[in-house]
Amino acid sequence: MIEFQLDGTSGVATYLQLVQQVHDALRLGLLKPGDQLPTAQQVVAKLAINPNTVLKAYRDLEREGLVRARSGQGTFVVRSMPGSDQQIQARFLATMTEWLRSARSAGLGPDDIEAIYRTAFRSCFAEGVA
Amino acid sequence: MTAVLETAGLGKRYGRHWALRDCTVTIPAGKIVGLVGPNGAGKTTLLQLAVGLLAPSAGTIKVLGGRPAADQAQLSRVGFVAQDTPVYPRLTVTKHLRMGAYLNPGWDGALAAQRIEQFGLDPGQRAGSLSGGQRAQLALTIAIAKRPDVLILDEPVASLDPLARREFLQGLMEAVAWNQTTVVLSSHLIADLERVCDYLIVLAASHVQLTDVVDDLLASHHRLTGARRDPRTLPADQEVIEASHTDTQTTLLVRTREPILDPAWIVKPVSLEDMVLAYLRRGRQPNPTGRPELGVLS
Amino acid sequence: MIRFTWLQFRAQASVAAGALAVLAVILVVTGPQLVHLYGTTVAACPAQHDCQSAVNAFTSQDSFVRSLVGLVMEATPALIGMFWGAPLIARDLETGTYRLALTQSVTKRRWLAVKLALAGLGSMATAGLLSLMVTWWSSPFDRISMDRLDISTFSVRGIVPVGYAAFAFALGVTAGLLIRRTVPAMAVTLAVFIGVLVGFALRIRPHLIAPIRAVSALNMSWVTSTGTRAPGNSFFVGLAPNSDGAWIYSSQVTTAAGRANLGPLPRGCGSNTSYQQCVAAITRMHLRQVVVYQPASRFWEFQWYETAIYVALALALAGFCFWWVRRRLS
Repeated sequence: MIEFQLDGTSGVATYLQLVQQVHDALRLGLLKPGDQLPTAQQVVAKLAINPNTVLKAYRDLEREGLVRARSGQGTFVVRSMPGSDQQIQARFLATMTEWLRSARSAGLGPDDIEAIYRTAFRSCFAEGVA
Repeated sequence: MTAVLETAGLGKRYGRHWALRDCTVTIPAGKIVGLVGPNGAGKTTLLQLAVGLLAPSAGTIKVLGGRPAADQAQLSRVGFVAQDTPVYPRLTVTKHLRMGAYLNPGWDGALAAQRIEQFGLDPGQRAGSLSGGQRAQLALTIAIAKRPDVLILDEPVASLDPLARREFLQGLMEAVAWNQTTVVLSSHLIADLERVCDYLIVLAASHVQLTDVVDDLLASHHRLTGARRDPRTLPADQEVIEASHTDTQTTLLVRTREPILDPAWIVKPVSLEDMVLAYLRRGRQPNPTGRPELGVLS
Repeated sequence: MIRFTWLQFRAQASVAAGALAVLAVILVVTGPQLVHLYGTTVAACPAQHDCQSAVNAFTSQDSFVRSLVGLVMEATPALIGMFWGAPLIARDLETGTYRLALTQSVTKRRWLAVKLALAGLGSMATAGLLSLMVTWWSSPFDRISMDRLDISTFSVRGIVPVGYAAFAFALGVTAGLLIRRTVPAMAVTLAVFIGVLVGFALRIRPHLIAPIRAVSALNMSWVTSTGTRAPGNSFFVGLAPNSDGAWIYSSQVTTAAGRANLGPLPRGCGSNTSYQQCVAAITRMHLRQVVVYQPASRFWEFQWYETAIYVALALALAGFCFWWVRRRLS
């Protein structure tokens, strides 16, 4: 059984942190299909967070197809992460490194680069606020 | 979703001083509601009105569809932990549980006993010699073991050390995890409430300043930083909560449901604490309109 | 609620029970001896012509216990008001525990009603038991001194202590409810209770039943002195009526025609005259006496009236408390 942690200062929403920790555990092999996730009661007894937050995280994981809630019994892992496709990651790492180098030689500093990155990231993932 | 608590123009007056005025809130069921505001804002007054310890001077309040403390049935559905967690100093922990069993029709003795053991309380110890954290756990146990539909807690962790505070919240969340009990929790520190609340009511100067679902609040409030500008030039759907100016720069806290497309602003999210502080400051100002006077963000 | 109220009240009740038990032991040990002694000495004294000495010997018996008993009876209603009445609500208000009790599925009215009923009935029962024991134990003494209608004895016999206890209790609860602090409520309860007790005994008790006004020939054995007084140096006869156990309101010597002015000093009662000459002179004047009094037989009538009034006062105060709790507790 895994144990959740909460980073109150990271600015990341609590339920996203829980989802991320399940992803990490799956990736590391700490969670395998058939394993049970901690119950909402167990999680809030340790972290003192809202039970609805846990339920929201588990619902997201269920939507991703990673877990399934069995009524009366708990939430169970049904499949592992699609696996970090090392090749795709390597490809994007190379593209990113290339892009950073050309941005630097164009005169952009780390803060500029970060601002550009954040703007692009937000418009891609967040709910339309930029 | 049904409302567990509805007030309309609720007010309470002591002599000429209004401890609470013009309070209109609706608390939906199943949520964990944070009631935050400085001392003297009217939090205790509102909560005591909700459990029938006080009677309104103006307006109405309905809890679970009825008048607070109307009869035994209504009282048994509402659990309350008062500020400073009063207990009978000369009665032991066990006698307090017996009191709960005698006075509450829906008393769950097994749950009470299990909690007492879980939190390491000595059943034979007199309540007067318990530590603050232990007293709070005892008071919470009594409120939880009556199996209420609504749990109301008035600044339960205000006088507790950080460890006791965390343990209290752990115990509270564990108890409500299964059954969708509505919880109303007040505090003058937003940090206490941030972890657990999904609905927030901000009370300041005896008036309600803000009431909304926490996720919506975080999604709709933004901090805008940019060149110095008159806030009145912003689009009408962006409500300026707070503004601060230097000779060259303007920083605004705005609330809006629409995306902010103006490239002249740097847009950042706002933490719940900063948001609440801004509303508290706004509540202190005499200007009632949405556009506050130009002031310094301290 | 009843069981919970008993849980809280247990300690106070056991103190009272303990004290009652101690007193009961003392009285049971000394009581029968007194009855026996009375039967053999005072009751039999007319045959032996030594009544005065028998009475004197008897009334000096167990004087410590007599004082103790008198003290306990006097103090009990006030103590009940202070220690059972005043803290009943005030302690909960003072310590904030009313916020715990009133949110435990019990309405304000039921909370107050059960507390009032349990402790109130307990008060009345305690006072009643106590008075029963004391009245029984004191009966030989009362038969001798025949002073049950006296202001000091009346309040510690019969059933009025029950009325006093009920009233003091209700007074204490009301004070506690209004003042919201235990110690000041105790002080106010004591002061008001004593004031009412004394005021009632002096001003109201005499008017509960219309007294008897008896006009009859002057009873020479009741004459204490003769002389003159202002205005105008008129004749004065001092009268001290002494009817077994009666409560004398006033007495007056009048002429045969009913006039208060007895005229000038008669020759037989001037200076240089003898007792017999004066008696003869007075007899010739055919003086009359007017005595306004309550006979001793009315003792129980007075007891019932007074108890009823005090209990009614207690109920009125209780009713006020209910109204107050409903509208204005916090």
